[in-house]
Amino acid sequence: MANLGKIARRGGLYTLLGGFAFFGAFPFYWMVIAAFKRDHDLFSPLNNPFLFNEPPTLDHLRLLFFETHFVGYLWNTLLVGLAVVVITLATAVPAAYALARWARGWGETLGIGIFLTYLVPPTILFIPLSRFASFFGLQESLWSLILVYPTFTIPFCTWLLMGFFKTIPKDIEEQAMIDGLSRFGAMWKVVLPLSISGVLTVVVFAFTLSMHEFIYALTFISVSAKKTISIGVPTELVRGDVFQWGPLMAGALIASIPVAVVYTFFLDRFVAGFTMGAVK
Amino acid sequence: MSAPAHAAPPPHVADYGGITDREGALAKLMIAPAVVYIAAMIGAPFVLAILYSLSDATTGDPALRLVGLQNFRAALADPVFRMSLRNTFVFTLVSQTIVILLSRILATALLKNFRGKWLVRFLILLPWTAPISLGTIGWLWMFDSIFSPMDWVLRYVGLLGTKDALFGFQTNMYWLGIPGLSMASVILVQAWRILPLATVIQLAGLSSIPKDLLEAAEVDGATPWRRTLMITIPLTLPIVSIAFLFGVVFTFTDLVVVYVLTRGGPVHTTQVLSSWTFFKGIEAGDLAQGAAISLFMFPVLAVVAVFILRLARRTEVV
Repeated sequence: MANLGKIARRGGLYTLLGGFAFFGAFPFYWMVIAAFKRDHDLFSPLNNPFLFNEPPTLDHLRLLFFETHFVGYLWNTLLVGLAVVVITLATAVPAAYALARWARGWGETLGIGIFLTYLVPPTILFIPLSRFASFFGLQESLWSLILVYPTFTIPFCTWLLMGFFKTIPKDIEEQAMIDGLSRFGAMWKVVLPLSISGVLTVVVFAFTLSMHEFIYALTFISVSAKKTISIGVPTELVRGDVFQWGPLMAGALIASIPVAVVYTFFLDRFVAGFTMGAVK
Repeated sequence: MSAPAHAAPPPHVADYGGITDREGALAKLMIAPAVVYIAAMIGAPFVLAILYSLSDATTGDPALRLVGLQNFRAALADPVFRMSLRNTFVFTLVSQTIVILLSRILATALLKNFRGKWLVRFLILLPWTAPISLGTIGWLWMFDSIFSPMDWVLRYVGLLGTKDALFGFQTNMYWLGIPGLSMASVILVQAWRILPLATVIQLAGLSSIPKDLLEAAEVDGATPWRRTLMITIPLTLPIVSIAFLFGVVFTFTDLVVVYVLTRGGPVHTTQVLSSWTFFKGIEAGDLAQGAAISLFMFPVLAVVAVFILRLARRTEVV
């Protein structure tokens, strides 16, 4: 009897989780199907849409890579992401270190203030920032994105790193300073290597958040060749009014999966930033 | 301080003061770039948004001429604006209520040990970890007016496309083409997208409950239901609130799902403040109106920020 109940509970758990996994992943499964399906099969309403009724094809991938700007979108995304990572590290690391180490009163308040700016949404800032971009002649330039994206990476990453630096005992760098290193040297040679996982987290987040960003890219860039992946795929793979569903789904799939894999490894740390003091 | 009094240098000694001064200057120097960046790229545009909302600037003529509160009055008189204001609240509150309920169930299930956890976790997190505009494009194809797989299944089981079918005789549901249904569709996709974030936050909250507390309650004869009511819910309330508040921020101010799926249609029935800001301020080029519409989001954000701060403070003190 008890055994039967256990099996039933196990079965219930797997059904529940299976249902949620299905809900989460089905749109991506749907992309896989469309990416490899022949147009004739894809656009026959009577065919079973879940299966390949005709042999799969690589036509959509060929079209995506050779007849659209898809590779250019990937390249633009990579450039913007790397530049944003550099700017974020250069500003957030020193700020977080100073806030963590000299935080009495004003440090704490300033840290919270910086975090709160993360809550000011792009949908309030994109109109004035689009004027900034055109004033500095950066409309249609990747530089506009490179300069604007740190507005959401710096606040969040500073906050995240502050937490990391606080967990490193002060004694370690004080010892290093007694041994003759300057404050800056102690930070560079002692504290930073110890918080390498925090720095890595920031690198991953600055990059993925830049890759996910939509509104600024939509507002600042309208030339096809300059688009990033998150706007290029949804706005450009449409001919006239006709959606190129095969290549569109292939593009969405190819761009989604690698970043999702990396992000999954770091999500817990990302969430630790959100939860602040709410979890001990 | 147990050191003898004479060993501690008095505060007026130049050397001692010199070091703290230098450290303080270094601290300020290290914080400065971040603060300057934030002031220039968040503070200044925010002020400019307020100025634009009080002006008659357009993309064609961006000069600032202040005209008072006229834009706010015009927005409030506009039926489309009023509809997007209402839609924004419906969109946010309904989707986030669904998210909190589902994420609770999902987090409780993920707390258990089972085989293949990494794969289940990866699949469940996909909607949040993959770029949202690309995930939403997948949904756009699923909601297609002819080739929707949901429609195919409904037809297959006889709920659609025949004379007596539950959902009518037409062959398709037109998920994004019928007013109430299109709102339900964008809400579903927004819930789909935020669910992973809320789940991971709730998971952190659930796993922080001391096990011995629950075991002690069990030994004392508390039923599972009572343990949930008296221990789990009160102890995880702060973190549930955090999950809810961040979900609200990310939903209330975002336009990706609405922009990709419906562009606010049909006839503005899924228009939200953020998408209406974009269409007015950027596509129609009316900077002043766009800025005014976007600023209607601010009071709600300010309230949410206060709640987040309070929660953070309170839980740190406890």
